[in-house]
Amino acid sequence: MPKDHGIGAAQKRREDVRFLTGAGQYTDDINVYGQTYCHFLRSDVAHGKITSLDTSAAEAMPGVLRIFTGKDFEGIGGLPCGWQVTDKNGDPMKEPPHPVLAQGKVRHVGDPICAVIAETLDQARDAAEAIELEIEDLPAVVDMRAALETGSAKVHDDLEDNLCYDWQFGSDQAVVDKAFAEAAHVTTLELVNNRLVANPMEPRVAVAEYARAKDESTLYTTSQNPHVIRLLMGAFVLGIPEHKLRVVAPDVGGGFGTKIFHYAEEAFVTFAARQINRPVKWTSTRSEAFMSDAHGRDHVTKIELALDAENNFIGLRTDTLANMGAYLSTFSSSVPTWLHGTLMAGNYKTPAIQVNVKAVFTNTVPVDAYRGAGRPEATFQLERLVDKAARELGVDPIKLRRQNFIESFPYATPVAVEYDTGDYVATMDKLEEMIGIPGFAARRAESEAKGKLRGLGVNCYIEACGIAPSNLVGQLGARAGLYDAATVRVNATGSISVMVGAHSHGQGHETAFPQVVADMLGIDESMIDIVHGDTSKIPFGMGTYGSRSLAVCGSAMVRATEKIINKAKKIAAHLMEASEGDIELKDGMFTVAGTDKSVAWGDVTLAAYVPHNYPLTEIEPGLEETAFYDPANFTYPAGAYACEVEVDPETGKVTIERFAAADDFGNVVNPMIVEGQVHGGLAQGIGQALLENCVYDADGQLLSASYMDYAMPRAGDVPFYMVDHSCATPCTHNPLGVKGCGEAGAIGSPPAVVNAVLDALNHAGHDVAHIDMPVSPHRVWQAMQG
Amino acid sequence: MYSFDVVRPKSVADAVAALGEEEAQALGGGQTLIPSLKQRLAMPSVLVSLAAIDEIKGVSSEGGGLTIGGGTTHATVAKDCAASYPALAAMAGNIGDPAVRNRGTIGGSLANNDPAACYPAAALASGATIVTNTREIAADDYFQGMFTTALEEGEIITAVKLPIPEKAAYIKFEQPASRFALVGVFVAKFTDGVRVAVTGASEEGVFRWTEAEAALSGDFSAAALEGLSVSADGLMTDLHGSAAYRAHLIGVLTKRAVAQA
Repeated sequence: MPKDHGIGAAQKRREDVRFLTGAGQYTDDINVYGQTYCHFLRSDVAHGKITSLDTSAAEAMPGVLRIFTGKDFEGIGGLPCGWQVTDKNGDPMKEPPHPVLAQGKVRHVGDPICAVIAETLDQARDAAEAIELEIEDLPAVVDMRAALETGSAKVHDDLEDNLCYDWQFGSDQAVVDKAFAEAAHVTTLELVNNRLVANPMEPRVAVAEYARAKDESTLYTTSQNPHVIRLLMGAFVLGIPEHKLRVVAPDVGGGFGTKIFHYAEEAFVTFAARQINRPVKWTSTRSEAFMSDAHGRDHVTKIELALDAENNFIGLRTDTLANMGAYLSTFSSSVPTWLHGTLMAGNYKTPAIQVNVKAVFTNTVPVDAYRGAGRPEATFQLERLVDKAARELGVDPIKLRRQNFIESFPYATPVAVEYDTGDYVATMDKLEEMIGIPGFAARRAESEAKGKLRGLGVNCYIEACGIAPSNLVGQLGARAGLYDAATVRVNATGSISVMVGAHSHGQGHETAFPQVVADMLGIDESMIDIVHGDTSKIPFGMGTYGSRSLAVCGSAMVRATEKIINKAKKIAAHLMEASEGDIELKDGMFTVAGTDKSVAWGDVTLAAYVPHNYPLTEIEPGLEETAFYDPANFTYPAGAYACEVEVDPETGKVTIERFAAADDFGNVVNPMIVEGQVHGGLAQGIGQALLENCVYDADGQLLSASYMDYAMPRAGDVPFYMVDHSCATPCTHNPLGVKGCGEAGAIGSPPAVVNAVLDALNHAGHDVAHIDMPVSPHRVWQAMQG
Repeated sequence: MYSFDVVRPKSVADAVAALGEEEAQALGGGQTLIPSLKQRLAMPSVLVSLAAIDEIKGVSSEGGGLTIGGGTTHATVAKDCAASYPALAAMAGNIGDPAVRNRGTIGGSLANNDPAACYPAAALASGATIVTNTREIAADDYFQGMFTTALEEGEIITAVKLPIPEKAAYIKFEQPASRFALVGVFVAKFTDGVRVAVTGASEEGVFRWTEAEAALSGDFSAAALEGLSVSADGLMTDLHGSAAYRAHLIGVLTKRAVAQA
């Protein structure tokens, strides 16, 4: 019988009632009395010097309250980067200023130059068109290799060149060199991990108000982590003390990473509301989102695998150029380094691994974390490489993977992390069963009878979630802690509000988190609500990203609930005149072991708030506990994915016919939500593999600047997925044994798709070693032309 | 959007009068114009909506052909031409999504003449006649290049007359992002010959592939197209396909259209 209650129950998402009936409260739904509207004048060139800027005519236009320029931000902090990477020479990364409004120079199409505040949005837009602006074009830095050549134009004049850092990580040089020197075979692959635009359904929005009499600012913003924004913006940009600054991230319509970061626009409206003493609202258009939301991926990599004569992996080295864009976005520097290099072992016991990453400034939108953040880049290059090695060696790609699997845990990789648990053989067994390996030949024959080529692609993935622990990441350069927090507030009649630091913007926390508390207390989920997204209501938490919410914040919630249970048992012991040690809690009833005495959950909670009969000399009244949880290690979800494609040999069009995902997420609280997360991740991974591509021309103009040219996956582009998470090896170091599932689909699917296309082409006699993503019809056709 | 006035005339005559105003702009289904207005790429002083003119709506059959009012939506064409001209109905039923098909009109599409739109291929392959408030224009004279037609300022497409071919088919290979035609080929076989119109491919907009027409007029089979190819010269290259790829697709899609017709 499937469970209908507590941990493991596939409960429908309670938040969907409001989302599906139009009752969600998103930031753009928030309108404040006296609100003004903000429109940003943005650069339409990639790189240039502002030679003249005159706002006087625009300022005189109807409804205009004030026009701000870079001058208004002189002496005010710029947007900070949250992670300092140290390069291979021990020097800190280059960290150029990131002004809120351009200071003399523009560095990407979309860089904000002026902000117009008016009574209506149309008035603000009209006035922006009347601003007299002259920009002297400078040569645009777009291609990363060219950016690193001597004599390249510089994105930041004060830096020596366009190199942010040159990072090296992993095994000693001599160890890696020896592996390659002794190799019986070396497989080399050069590839691009295509730049993506996150495209959450809800664009970014910020509404700020200022209560002058109390000197308090409130910012409503589309964020995955309101406390992080409060800290970064308050302390580093605007100098507003935290007790005078409230940040609210209400319902948020998808984040995918791009709403982690602190953006100029939200800092600006907070600043401006204080300056003009009126609320200020900014709502991004979709066009603005394309040129101002942080982009994702954009790596160019050369990777090499050394194998011995028995096809054992003996060495791996990589050389990656990672695009930072024009400025360092909040966590941009950590993505190609600690979130990427540490995953290069994958699921394999390769003993020698070296990762080299050069981060490069270009005149493009900043690049930062996007669903998976570094781990998709690691997985794609490794799993494409292993597939290429199998083809070169003429061995079965599944067999080659199995032969090199890590099989005993814990396992310390040469790239610094220790996998606590996993069973890669089990997930691969499961995958083979799901996709139906024995039936593939018949399915291929069926496709061929229709004139189509059919291919099967398989890959594994490992990821690291719930980034932690704080003291370690601090050593690695993180400027933040990575714990989380929860407060469990039990009300007098026994209902519960749980205030959590994690933020839910599609993950279903409001359903899954109560299942955990309900399971621990033995009460019904309907008695428990989650409160999140408002710094005035929740404890200081780090928000939601990196598949961390349940593993980190959920663990804090468990710890806080344990404290509640301990205190409640003391109260129950008092009420039943029994010893605390004899009290048991089951199904919402406290009993005394070996007796028929019992007292209900609600009687105990009432006693806590109406303490007439209460051990006042021993414990305080009330029933509210907070816990902070700092994880001991990352969690390591892993799995194996398979994809079957049909390729139309005449047009190059690829269609996905079958897709199977066998994941190990450890324990699962709500299997329906987990499957939904996998489905969403797969759609985004398939989108990257087949459709999505953010393209700049040589002048730094964004060519894929709307949905007319940026191809998002649609329902018809994805198959009915086969997903499974039964091969669970629980995490050993968090109380729930959970690992995280939010990013897996996006991490694991791109190589499966591309491997399948290459299998189809090579089986049909086309000698094609690689096709860069997106594997569009045009690219497949070109590859088939040789 | 900039501010503008909207008028909703009920007759072609009133619409023509309204379009005589300074910076007046006709509004069909608005599937191109409204997004342009939102982006502030157009600044008409008055929009003359054609949506309330009943006399330019609907499909009728006359003398072996169809007359489709210029204000007829794609959805209506898809439904009302399904029996009389299935290839045309299928083409109309596969434009955009239901919201687009319920607003967009045949007249609007032909007046705009987007180089990747479907209707120009259907009109040109069918040998249609574009009927306006002042004259009738043969399709061969009507399409004059990307976003360019024979229409004069203020001229309104009131109807499109299409002869019904013996056999026809339209095959669209979708551009992955916009789902417009990366290449679309409409093949129509009449008793006196075959017409092949290609959209999505040329820098000059929709065009006829005359070599294919000649070959197919003698032998209406995919095999008749063997060895024929379109030059990539003058074809578009963009993010989604090179001129050479488009030239290749024209050959492939034409064969498929013939096979399907």
